[in-house]
Amino acid sequence: MKTTGSIGRRLTLLLAGVAALLSLLSWGMVTTLARQAAERTQDNVLAASATTIAETLRSEQGEVRLELPYSAFAMLDAISQDRVFYRIAAGDALLTGYDDLPVPTAVPAPGQVVFDTGVYSGEAVRMATVSRPVVAGSQPVQVTVTVAQTRHGVGTISAELSRVAAILSVAFFAVAVGLSAVAARTSLRPLNEIAAAVSRRGPSDLRPLRRDAPEELAPLMTSLNRLMERLGQSIRRSEDFIAEAAHRVRTPLAVVRTQAEIALRSVGDEAEKTRLRRIIRAVDESSRSAGQLLDHATVAWRADDLARAPVDLAELAAQTAGALEATAAMKDIRLHLDTAPARVAGDAVLLENALRNVLDNAIKYSPEDTAVRLSVRTADGEARIAVSDEGPGLGTGPAEALTERFRRGDNTEGIVGSGLGLTIARDVLTAHGGRLEFAPAPKGRGTCVSLVLPSL
Amino acid sequence: MRLACLAVALSLFAALAAAFEIEDHRFYPGTGPQVLKIISTADLEVFEPYLLAFQAQRPELSIDYTVASSAALYGAIRNGAPFDLALSSAMDLQFRLANDGFALPHASDRTDALPDWARWRDLIFAFTAEPAVVVLSADRFAGLDVPATRQELISLLRAYPDRFQGAVGTYDIRDSGLGYLFATQEARSTDAFWRLSEVMGRLAPRLYCCSGQMIDDVAAGRLALAYNVLGSYAVERMARASGGRVKIVQMQDFSNVILRTALVPRQAENTGAAGAMIDKLADLGLRDGPGTWPLPPLRPSADDAGGGFGPIRLGPALMVFLDPLNRRDFLGEWENAMVQR
Repeated sequence: MKTTGSIGRRLTLLLAGVAALLSLLSWGMVTTLARQAAERTQDNVLAASATTIAETLRSEQGEVRLELPYSAFAMLDAISQDRVFYRIAAGDALLTGYDDLPVPTAVPAPGQVVFDTGVYSGEAVRMATVSRPVVAGSQPVQVTVTVAQTRHGVGTISAELSRVAAILSVAFFAVAVGLSAVAARTSLRPLNEIAAAVSRRGPSDLRPLRRDAPEELAPLMTSLNRLMERLGQSIRRSEDFIAEAAHRVRTPLAVVRTQAEIALRSVGDEAEKTRLRRIIRAVDESSRSAGQLLDHATVAWRADDLARAPVDLAELAAQTAGALEATAAMKDIRLHLDTAPARVAGDAVLLENALRNVLDNAIKYSPEDTAVRLSVRTADGEARIAVSDEGPGLGTGPAEALTERFRRGDNTEGIVGSGLGLTIARDVLTAHGGRLEFAPAPKGRGTCVSLVLPSL
Repeated sequence: MRLACLAVALSLFAALAAAFEIEDHRFYPGTGPQVLKIISTADLEVFEPYLLAFQAQRPELSIDYTVASSAALYGAIRNGAPFDLALSSAMDLQFRLANDGFALPHASDRTDALPDWARWRDLIFAFTAEPAVVVLSADRFAGLDVPATRQELISLLRAYPDRFQGAVGTYDIRDSGLGYLFATQEARSTDAFWRLSEVMGRLAPRLYCCSGQMIDDVAAGRLALAYNVLGSYAVERMARASGGRVKIVQMQDFSNVILRTALVPRQAENTGAAGAMIDKLADLGLRDGPGTWPLPPLRPSADDAGGGFGPIRLGPALMVFLDPLNRRDFLGEWENAMVQR
């Protein structure tokens, strides 16, 4: 599987990108607003100055007179150190001030202030113009008062505010990036928790996930559960199929065996008899294999939904030994039972099956005229059934490998077997929370296989 | 021939353009070829220590020092007369020069150290704060209380018209830029100004162009009092030298303080040296005590904190009384009060 980037990192980057954009936007807005506010302040002061001058306009002896009030210029000094220019004209004739100031051509209506921007004396200036009719002589003359100021202070104030806004924006961005990382990690936590829950599961645990998941993860959970359900069904179907197949093979084999035994009794020729015995032996082996396949399927099936009833292992061992006594007797093998009561919780059928397979193995691999010992003990919260034989041992391979399906030891030539017996035993024990242990037999020859279960 | 004519015409034109009345002039040769050309309203006897101190720092620099009235200085700079530094006590005219774009900016850590009120936009730099004072003749005031406020002065002038008839001097504000600045600022700040002018006007006052003559006349007993004299340390020294015959009084109700300012004219060639001189002056302006310098520092020392009024503010409001209409009106009113026939 190739990973294609990290969602967390992508989310963080995305959020950081958004934060950067917002920081930039807010900086731009503050800068613009600061400039506008500074400009509006200057406009207001210029308008007040021009209006104050216009208020002093009067007519004396047919002449327009005015008096520049001290406050009109003093107020311009209040905000910033900017150069000031002014022009006062009656109609087209200059009354006083800077004649070449580029005043707006449009004459403002009385009471209205007209603002304009221009260049004078090598600097950008802001101008406010008011106009007032003054009756001088016979008819009224329109007197316009223009006050202009350079924009040095406006620039300084807005640059200062812009600088502060830039610092704040950078700080905001840094905080937002930190928060983005936290947010990304927080929002990915449910996903990580589900992943952890799935990886914690045992190899054959296909139960549906029952967890509270955020809305966005619900489809994933549903799909995952549905997949597991399908997988479980598929496994069950194949187990069913094997069981069915084994069952169908076993019945005809029994018929063949019966017929072969009848034939054995009726023929006299020794060569024929030997041939028939071989047939019977092969049929027995096939039947046994089919039985084990069936057992395996049964274990798989029952382990899915394990019954947990109290079972006494001593009783179980005695029963199983009794059932296999006949088989053992055929090889002159003695079964020694040494049991103490040991109670576990589990499925009696499965446990019997497991023990039978282990015991069957022991008998099968033991030489004739030996003993197989069965002991049941409880220690340290564990119940243990140990089966020791005097057979050839486990061979050289790793002991655990023997529990793999269809795997047989490397010293089993000449002995028929399916390789399923220990697999079944292991599966049963695992389903019960127990384990299968292999060790050399305590008498130096043979093997000791232990079935270990948590005791009640 | 024609070329020579043109040359003569051009030089004549140049002389005319730069023509202004020079009161004094001195050249201080340095060791190098560089010249710093200063135009100033300060008399040589007042300002020479500053020039020598600066030249001690920059011995290679020659200094060309020209003294002119504040109005002449203003006109010379506006007309492009070739100076590197303009020093004037007429704040309004200096401000107008800077406002109208006739000044070059200068900035250094020295000028940055100046308080905000002592500079304007890196164009004008103040280096002294000088109050307007009243100079009295002790002989003429024998038996009278020394007035401390304008109200007391008015009462005194009213009570003894004979004693003060023709013996009151002040600036002729029609000629003196500084006198005009003092008068306009005082008219703005105190009601007593016009009443005092009326009272003085009735006593046939003598009007002067400059403070020097006024002080001389007080010292000689020709004047009982000179009103609105620029109170530099030079005046104080003169008062001390007179053996108690000349007294200096600072009005307690209100007292104008002007800033002597420096600016680098637009046409300056040696701006580096001009900037260095400004730095030197700013440094001296920020010194703590009066020291041995003839002009006071920007901040008054504790013993002569004269009333605690701030100096006249460097700002566009200074241009209000320079406006021709306002000036015409103000001079008209002043003449009505002062020049009574």
